[in-house]
Amino acid sequence: MSAVAEPARLAHRRRLPGGIGRWVGTGLGGVIVGAAVLVALLAPWIVPHDPFAQDLPKRLLPPFWMDGYDGIHVFGTDQLGRDYLSRLIYGARISMLIGVSTVVTSGLIGITLGVVGGYAGGRVDDAVLFAITTRLSIPVVLVALAVVGLFGSSLSLLALTLGLLLWDRFAVVARSTTMQVRQLDYVAAAWCAGCSRVHILLREVLPNIASHLAVVATLEMALAILLEAALSFLGLGVPPPLPSWGLMIAEAKGYMFFTPWVIMIPGVALFVLVFGINLLGDGLRDLLGARADP
Amino acid sequence: MTEALLEVDRLRVEFGDEVAAVRGASLTVARGEVHCLVGESGCGKSVLALAVMNLLARRGRRAAERLRFAGRDLLALPDRAMARLRGDRLAMIFQEPTTSLNPAYTVGSQMIEVLRRHRGAPRAVARDRAVELLGRVGITAPGMRLGQFPHQLSGGLRQRVMIAMALMCEPDLLIADEPTTALDVTVQAQILRLLAGLQRDLGLGILLITHDLGLVARVAHRVSVMYAGEIVESAPTAALFAAPRHPYTRGLLACVPVPGKVRRDQPLGAIPGVVPRLMPGFQGCAFRARCGHAAPECASAVPRRPAGATHDYLCRLPADWVRLEPAA
Amino acid sequence: MIRRAYGLDQPVIVQFGNWVAKAAVGDFGESYFFKQRVSELIGARLPITLTLGLVGLAIAAVVSIPLGVLAAVRESTAIDRAVQVVALIGQAMPSFWLGLILMIVFGIKLAWLPVSGTGTWQHYVMPGIVLAFSAIPALTRLTRSGMIQALASDYIRTARAKGLSSGSILIKHALRNAAIPVVAIATVQLGFMLGGSIVIETVFALHGVGFLAWESIGKNDFPVVQAVVLVLALIYVGLTLLADMINAVLDPRLRSA
Repeated sequence: MSAVAEPARLAHRRRLPGGIGRWVGTGLGGVIVGAAVLVALLAPWIVPHDPFAQDLPKRLLPPFWMDGYDGIHVFGTDQLGRDYLSRLIYGARISMLIGVSTVVTSGLIGITLGVVGGYAGGRVDDAVLFAITTRLSIPVVLVALAVVGLFGSSLSLLALTLGLLLWDRFAVVARSTTMQVRQLDYVAAAWCAGCSRVHILLREVLPNIASHLAVVATLEMALAILLEAALSFLGLGVPPPLPSWGLMIAEAKGYMFFTPWVIMIPGVALFVLVFGINLLGDGLRDLLGARADP
Repeated sequence: MTEALLEVDRLRVEFGDEVAAVRGASLTVARGEVHCLVGESGCGKSVLALAVMNLLARRGRRAAERLRFAGRDLLALPDRAMARLRGDRLAMIFQEPTTSLNPAYTVGSQMIEVLRRHRGAPRAVARDRAVELLGRVGITAPGMRLGQFPHQLSGGLRQRVMIAMALMCEPDLLIADEPTTALDVTVQAQILRLLAGLQRDLGLGILLITHDLGLVARVAHRVSVMYAGEIVESAPTAALFAAPRHPYTRGLLACVPVPGKVRRDQPLGAIPGVVPRLMPGFQGCAFRARCGHAAPECASAVPRRPAGATHDYLCRLPADWVRLEPAA
Repeated sequence: MIRRAYGLDQPVIVQFGNWVAKAAVGDFGESYFFKQRVSELIGARLPITLTLGLVGLAIAAVVSIPLGVLAAVRESTAIDRAVQVVALIGQAMPSFWLGLILMIVFGIKLAWLPVSGTGTWQHYVMPGIVLAFSAIPALTRLTRSGMIQALASDYIRTARAKGLSSGSILIKHALRNAAIPVVAIATVQLGFMLGGSIVIETVFALHGVGFLAWESIGKNDFPVVQAVVLVLALIYVGLTLLADMINAVLDPRLRSA
């Protein structure tokens, strides 16, 4: 009898989707991504020191929370005496640049393929599916490494390579959501009203699958940033002396057993940025009711 | 037939603090009796059954003055002991035989596990029992069916399998939640005849949940009519059909065409509106918004009135109001 | 002379055609650097990568299936949220960085495991853990959503109505059905893990095909790189076929269809 609570309170209480935690997570993701964008845009004006200026006598100075902090280099210096915070800030620029350019390139390819395949169906769709399957069978890291190995490393080549490789999820999601939207009444109505195909795709289909694609974009951006770091770490990504976070970790690797913070600082930065982008994507998925799985 | 097998007294079920699905419903199923629980969709019939079985969804909360099965207090029973009772003394079958069987296992393995769980029976013994029961529910070539998967059977066969599975431990009570709703009309009749036969032969008590009054008339010993989470009228089948007291019961009966009694040009009755979704704390008669006899006092507590030794109903109107009212 | 010996004087398309024709019969040519048949080189290194992949997948399964089940059983509670945060953390963890941290902690500070190299089973522990991280988020999410769906299904209600124990309901009835998509994805995931093992093999100097490919890229030894790409792609295709077959075994509805 006591199991039933007081029979009062007739008012409806609308529950937030996923509760407060979800909003905190999404907000945190937004703050992290927003901060990264700001830092990347304002890098030249906010760096305390020149990120490329070497100062060999001041090598591997410890950061502010450790003994021996010199009061000048907040995050210490690297093995060539360059200010670590300044390099970290420029690194954010590279990560964001790679992330955004990859999403733009791969989004263009993937969304075009997916929407066309999903809308046209038949042979066209078969061809799109075959392209997706083929792409999935290609080991991304290996091919990206090989391309950079073949043509020499540069930031723009890396961005282009990743863009050309990471379109699969865009295509899969665009295809399946387009197939659903195609069956909706207003799309049929637009078709009956004599609208052109291009018009239907751009004005009727695309806006309706945009929320799903936004979630995919966050996932791909996070993936591209991680891949750039991994490739740079392997020495076949961003060429030195550019301060990619992955490259910073690679260059500091030899000192990590004695001064672990040299790999901790760029690693944590990388983790936090990718975590923030994923949090934002997760939140978007819930808020927009989108899904990013095929 | 007088020994009470299942006693439900003022059962309440709430989901969160937003929906009161069952609001003080009481009913008694006697041993070996077919008791029909009738009502529109959404009136709380299935929730009542699930509450008895302690199978409510996680948000569901049940409470009652009394909830006893074969003399045992179900409210005080720990979850483990209740699980031991389910499938053994107390079995249940559902509306959708298609989705109610696990697609990953054969019919045989799903039947056998019941006897192994409750009796610890050896596999071979359980298998023999399964073959016997499949034969009992009218399935030909039971040995072959045991090795088949649910998707290889028709809807009617699946429901027979569900019934056979429910009978594995010879339960005292079978709760059948709209067991024929999802089936073809011809198959419906077969399943009903089967249930009625099982009740006769095995002395099985059955709580049959349905919205089909034609079905009630054929098999039930006793009928309880449920509306918006309450039992609004309860009576032996003959009494209910002969002299329904509650306006809702009368409305329900008016919806059923009776051959020979209904004239061709006379329109069938219909109850305007739908079952309201009630919040906890709702007062008065839940039917008053749809009732032709509603009066201001219907907004306050309504009495439960007797209309005979085993007939009662929940309404402000006196037992003889039917005679006072000129026939429509 | 060297250009002629390797056929490099011919147009690229002809070179590629020749390579495909030979690769089709298992002849990937000779490594420029190792002066050895590429097929032999890969044959010797492939078992190491496959072992790493399977170790990684096994660790991922052992971690993510219980986590996914737990999250599903406690859906929309703090535990469920915590599991989802763990998945997000796994997704955001740069594998090479995690590898370095494990090296510092378990290799140097605690000295439990060898820091790098190939040879004993201990050499596979840290790389396996790191590789598992890449599969844990997807497998956990999939297990969770599959279990939530299964637990809400009618046949689970039947299983409860039959009075089965909660262990039997959860494992035998729910997980068995939830596992069907999980196993399929896990198989395909293994393909991605093999492709991704190049980073981890390089970090831990584990001499599998990934490490071989990395070395070869650095030395412009392209017959080896081409062959590794092809072999990994073929393994991926093989694994997707395997996934279909496993699905047919697990799902009786597909078996008779």
